[in-house]
Amino acid sequence: MSKLRSTLGVVAIAFITLTAVSCNDNKKEQNKADGDHSEMSVDGDHSEMNHDNSDGHHDVDKNAMAINDSQDSKAEVILKDYFNLKNALVGDDNAKAKDLGMALTKSLKSFDVSSHSNTEQTELKDIIVDATEHAEHISESDIAHQREHFKILSKDITDMVAITGTNKKLYEQFCPMYDGGSVWLSMEKDIKNPYYGSQMLNCGKLQREIN
Amino acid sequence: MKIFKVIAWIALIAFVGIQFFPTDRNESDLIPQTDFMLVNQVPTSIQNQLKESCYDCHSNNTKYPWYNKIQPAAWYLEDHVKEGKSELNFNEWDSLSRRRKASKLRSIIKQVESDEMPLSSYTLIHSDAVLSKAQQTEIIEYMRQLKGEAN
Repeated sequence: MSKLRSTLGVVAIAFITLTAVSCNDNKKEQNKADGDHSEMSVDGDHSEMNHDNSDGHHDVDKNAMAINDSQDSKAEVILKDYFNLKNALVGDDNAKAKDLGMALTKSLKSFDVSSHSNTEQTELKDIIVDATEHAEHISESDIAHQREHFKILSKDITDMVAITGTNKKLYEQFCPMYDGGSVWLSMEKDIKNPYYGSQMLNCGKLQREIN
Repeated sequence: MKIFKVIAWIALIAFVGIQFFPTDRNESDLIPQTDFMLVNQVPTSIQNQLKESCYDCHSNNTKYPWYNKIQPAAWYLEDHVKEGKSELNFNEWDSLSRRRKASKLRSIIKQVESDEMPLSSYTLIHSDAVLSKAQQTEIIEYMRQLKGEAN
């Protein structure tokens, strides 16, 4: 009789443990969602704070925010993130490139193609899907892999700019050594090689000017 | 001493308990029109090797090993297959645009070239999936040729 009872007890404990484990998983997911949420609300609070803030910085902040807002879905934000990513690779900074890969993933996903013609939309969507995948990989890889993905990403971004245009002056640069020849875009005329970084910083040449 | 007994019991019961959790099995007899082998003229030797070394995780049909009947191994495999398919699904090859194909081909070439694929955790048990140097070169050459056409 006592054996039966202890067995029952053990079964009960196991059941509780299992339930607890599975609940834990749920909770973890919820926490994760909460984390994202709170991050978002921090931004929200920030803008509210600016709003209430009546000192001299107020207008400046508001203007900066307004520019950000109006450009959010545009190609310029993608370009900005791309150039930041490129600079991180130039500086051999794996961790920073990961963060910027994440940022680029976000700006690519929020890209709004609706202002373009149908054929352009199809092409742009295709480019965005491809670029997003490379940006995602960059956000989770070592630097050698990041550079591999950066190569195709650069082609995608070049093709995107050919459709969307940009108000920036861009330089298409070329490294003959990396992977049978690889292109990247830059805002500066000077060569700073993102495929080799400090190892061969000035290797490459200017191939084309855009705008 | 009693405590060990209790722990052993709990472990045993938990192990039995998790066997009742269902897993999604990645199995399908259907080969869609978009399959890599159907839309490309793939040489038979490469076809066989790709099916042996890649299709378990990169298609809609996995040839499961016996231990997939046992948890937590089944969960582990489920995760792998899910991730593999999200990266590349040979069955859905032709649904990709030219750009995406070129992108995927490049990744295939890089991964095979650098011995990253097939995964060592996979070839550990599936020794047939191991690619010899010659097989690697054969696959890479073929994928390069396809990529040239896609570009």
